Amino acid sequence: MGKIWLVIQREYVARVKKKSFLLVTLLTPLIFPAIMGVFVWIALEEEDNQALRIIEVVDDNKLFFLESSEQYAFSFSDASPEEAKKLVQDGDRYGFLHIPKFDIKDPNGISFYGEDNPSMSLISYLENNLRKKIEEQRLFESGIDPKIINEVRTKVGIKSITLDDEGTETVSDATVNYAIGFVAGILIYMFIFIYGNQIMQGVIEEKSSRIVEILVSSLKPFQLMLGKIIGIAGVGLTQLLIWIVLIGTLTTIVTGFLGMQMPQQQAMELANPELAEGLAQNTEMGEILQVIAGINYVQIALSFVFYFLGGYLLYGALFAAIGSAVDAPSDAQQFMLPVTIPLIVAYMGLFVFVLNDPNSTTSFWLSIVPLTSPIAMMGRVSYGVPFWELALSMGLLIAGFLFTTWVAGKIYRIGILMHGTKPSYKTLWKWIKTNN
Amino acid sequence: MLKIKKLNKSYGANKALSDVDLNVSEGVVFGLLGPNGAGKTTLIRIINQIIDSDSGEVYIGGELLAPKHIGLIGYLPEERGLYKKMKVWDQMLYFARLKGLSPQEAKIKIKYWLEKLEMETWRDKKIEDLSKGMAQKVQFISTIIHNPPLLILDEPFSGFDPVNAEIIKNEILELKEKGTTVILSTHRMESVELLCDQVAMINRSKKILDGTIKQVKSIYRPEVYSITLDHLKMDLPIEWISKEDEGSHSFTLPLSGKTPNELLNELMQYGEVNRFQELIPSMEEIFIHQVKSTENG
Repeated sequence: MGKIWLVIQREYVARVKKKSFLLVTLLTPLIFPAIMGVFVWIALEEEDNQALRIIEVVDDNKLFFLESSEQYAFSFSDASPEEAKKLVQDGDRYGFLHIPKFDIKDPNGISFYGEDNPSMSLISYLENNLRKKIEEQRLFESGIDPKIINEVRTKVGIKSITLDDEGTETVSDATVNYAIGFVAGILIYMFIFIYGNQIMQGVIEEKSSRIVEILVSSLKPFQLMLGKIIGIAGVGLTQLLIWIVLIGTLTTIVTGFLGMQMPQQQAMELANPELAEGLAQNTEMGEILQVIAGINYVQIALSFVFYFLGGYLLYGALFAAIGSAVDAPSDAQQFMLPVTIPLIVAYMGLFVFVLNDPNSTTSFWLSIVPLTSPIAMMGRVSYGVPFWELALSMGLLIAGFLFTTWVAGKIYRIGILMHGTKPSYKTLWKWIKTNN
Repeated sequence: MLKIKKLNKSYGANKALSDVDLNVSEGVVFGLLGPNGAGKTTLIRIINQIIDSDSGEVYIGGELLAPKHIGLIGYLPEERGLYKKMKVWDQMLYFARLKGLSPQEAKIKIKYWLEKLEMETWRDKKIEDLSKGMAQKVQFISTIIHNPPLLILDEPFSGFDPVNAEIIKNEILELKEKGTTVILSTHRMESVELLCDQVAMINRSKKILDGTIKQVKSIYRPEVYSITLDHLKMDLPIEWISKEDEGSHSFTLPLSGKTPNELLNELMQYGEVNRFQELIPSMEEIFIHQVKSTENG
């Protein structure tokens, strides 16, 4: 045990002391918000600086009036479609909207002509406006005042409450749960790939620089492998911890500085004006706060740390085995498939199945099978998972990483002393079978 | 110091060691000889507990080899290297600690060796910034830093430049003086005679010969003498093809059934015997002879 500890220390210190580690760790939390900030700024600038686009509307029904927006102005004329097209071709108009004469119950044949491909947002803006106008017109024709309709329009929000066996009620909100599962799943996926690769590189370095034979004359290959895997896990956890602290501090400083106490609320209003309109803001905010308060953070945090480490250990051993079998990183490619495929399945499964329906059969199995559970289970945990399922998944993950570590140890022990041979899957299988 | 009994090891269908017995006395330099692929490295890896044998026993200091004996052995493999990004000091400390030294002991030892080989100024240099010869010295110190009673060196001089090889050779002899047992594995037989007290020869997984240098040399004696005669009293027989150089005649003669004294008496009749010396075969010749005789029956 003392020797494993020495290896852990060396692996940890050698990596944490590197300048590149310091740079990546300190800059990543700054770079991502910075890049996003730049994008938002550019988008806003573009919107501000854009010249007003004039769209010629030829309405053969003489029925519709479209309100101009900040970006688009509508000019109504009695011009013929040909004349209007000419205006577009000459560059006098950004586009031309043709509303031919149609039956109001079946509006067909509306076309937009533009010099370039119109943006999605413009088309949906036009569609929404026209739909509203047509609906109003039809209501009017059936003798209903559109004003009454506006008055009776009601917003219904359903508060979803999870009820457990003891009768405890917890307010839940899929959006918040979704976000937690999403972020946690992606973090674990990235961590496994980045640090798994570091394990592999480290093993290849020791093997190709021929240090390994000296090392294994002082300790068992298995101790060496385990020490490396654990030491690198420590590096990853350190990085994660620094990020959490940095992002936390930065967020507090930024929000405090800008005086934006409720950024979420503003964002929501911007995103969905209809939603904000009909509903008293207090209730909405209150509910989200209630959801946030209702989430079992301790359970999520503990599960995260568990699956974070469990997944890493499971795959880390496999990465170590691959590194031991080859002489150079370029030879490792042929063995990467069995490692990358389950990871990608878990990642895709998280988005396609787990986050959409955490309780479906596929989601269940994805979160139970050890190769996919570290990523998939994090998508379910925030929604609440029955205890036995969590226990089964965790138990299998422990069994899984003990198994992969055992298999990897067998390959590693022989692989690190083999030079100049390119092993195949068949030789690896032979190594696993040999006893010494 | 080291006793090996009926050691066997196969890799699949390939036999690497078959029924190898060895007995290495305490405080000697023991030469483990044999061509590449004979099984030397396998034997050394088993002694270092890097791999397990299929059958047979290894005793170290009278005890059956076990993990606790790791600290007793210093091992310089044929394929060796260091962490390029690590500093000299950290590197030595790491290897010393892996061999079971406490941090305090390790630091004292490292300081001693750095001073002895005049390397103090490199202690904070990374290996990648050192010359090849410097790195080799670091490697050697890392091997002996824990004062192992048994030192196993696999092709220790390969890759060393002549100056460093000389330094290392002297260190090996000095360690031997202090009581360290050294096992020297090599396929370069000419370096063996100078350093080794005992040797064992391995070929195709089998031990074909062992003993002290003198014992081994007595096994294969062609019984040929190298002779120089001055002031000839009479002409030499024509079949003794001799070479003349300023009155000295040199040639070789087999004993052909006579005793050395009888031959010497015969020679004295021809002139003054200036040189009369038995031609001792080199280890290489012994090896080749031994391989041939074992293979022919």
